[in-house]
Amino acid sequence: MIKKETGISFNLVSRYKLNGFSSKEKLEYILKEVKDGRILVLEQGLTATEQTTLIEHTMKEIDHDTFIGIEMGGYGEEKTSFVQRVFGIIRKPRMTVIGPAHLLKMVHKSNDMIETTIIPGRGTK
Amino acid sequence: MGIFDIFKRRKFSNVIQKIFGKKHAKIGIYGPPNVGKTTLANRILRDWTGDIMGSVSEIPHETRRAKWKTNIKIDNGGSSLVMDLVDTPGITTKIDFKEFMNTYGLTKEDSRARAKEATEGVIESIRWLEDIDGVVLVMDATQDPFTQVNVTIIGNLEARDLPILIAANKIDAEDASPATLKSAFPQHPVVPISALTGYNTEKLYNKMVKNFGKKGRRRKRR
Ligand SMILES: Nc1nc2c(ncn2[C@@H]2O[C@H](COP(=O)(O)OP(=O)(O)O)[C@@H](O)[C@H]2O)c(=O)[nH]1
Ligand SMILES: [Mg+2]
Repeated sequence: MIKKETGISFNLVSRYKLNGFSSKEKLEYILKEVKDGRILVLEQGLTATEQTTLIEHTMKEIDHDTFIGIEMGGYGEEKTSFVQRVFGIIRKPRMTVIGPAHLLKMVHKSNDMIETTIIPGRGTK
Repeated sequence: MGIFDIFKRRKFSNVIQKIFGKKHAKIGIYGPPNVGKTTLANRILRDWTGDIMGSVSEIPHETRRAKWKTNIKIDNGGSSLVMDLVDTPGITTKIDFKEFMNTYGLTKEDSRARAKEATEGVIESIRWLEDIDGVVLVMDATQDPFTQVNVTIIGNLEARDLPILIAANKIDAEDASPATLKSAFPQHPVVPISALTGYNTEKLYNKMVKNFGKKGRRRKRR
């Protein structure tokens, strides 16, 4: 990137933006943003299957000098009732934070709290 | 995923199909790096076949290719399970070659090679996931179990209705807390074990026969 950034971008992405994408476009968008050094908070995260695919794509992108992978943390998918499933309502992913592993570190994750830290001094790399 | 990837996936499935045929349950040993997957695979093989699966190391990402043994019979007095067992490379979202240098004293060249192979290993593990009938998910009971990788693997298997058995490993270690692990994933059976000493593996074998036998496998796939 040509643009020289002085801080770390931290972007909150609405679910409407992501819902406008296909699953493939969504993963491409996320991985590109994260590779460019941005931390994303997704209002509505990824399904477990999408997360698995994102990990697979991340592994292909790791180049060891500029991109060592991602850090990701989200709440478990919302459980749906039997009746909802009968009507074809699938489990909905919830809020998720994703960032480049050299900038974002997961401290602790529980059902009610996802604690992260941003690693200082790397934003202007 | 492009058309090409789909095509590659199909081919990969075919390869796996050729190796195993359709006969037995394909059981994968999965988990993050360094939790003791290969140690457990070796123990299972030693207990039931007298063979071993692969090498074990305190340096993460020792297993960088999936390894398998076919036709392993676990006997549980009365009932038994015949399975093909796959030991997989650890799944992670990040791999930093500098960790191999700084923490484990590997040379720069070796570290970079190990990291590169490790990324390929993760991809291989994920691909195998599509052809597996059940998973022993190994976790390190001395560590925080509620990590994204564990949650992702479990969610992926739940979405496909595959049986999961959680092995809370390393309970011989002083700071192990299998109770934390049990409360983190109450929806799946958790068996505390030590793959290293063999402690409680009988219990694990019991659960494997129960969960991965024909009755336990309630697959609703394609
Ligand atoms: N204390 C203890 N250490 C273990 C146990 N199982 C494995 N280990 C150690 O954990 C490290 C990683 O083991 P390995 O089987 O290579 O892990 P893998 O990467 O998950 O296949 C090695 O140093 C093992 O000796 C256990 O039950 N207890
Ligand atoms: Mg291993």
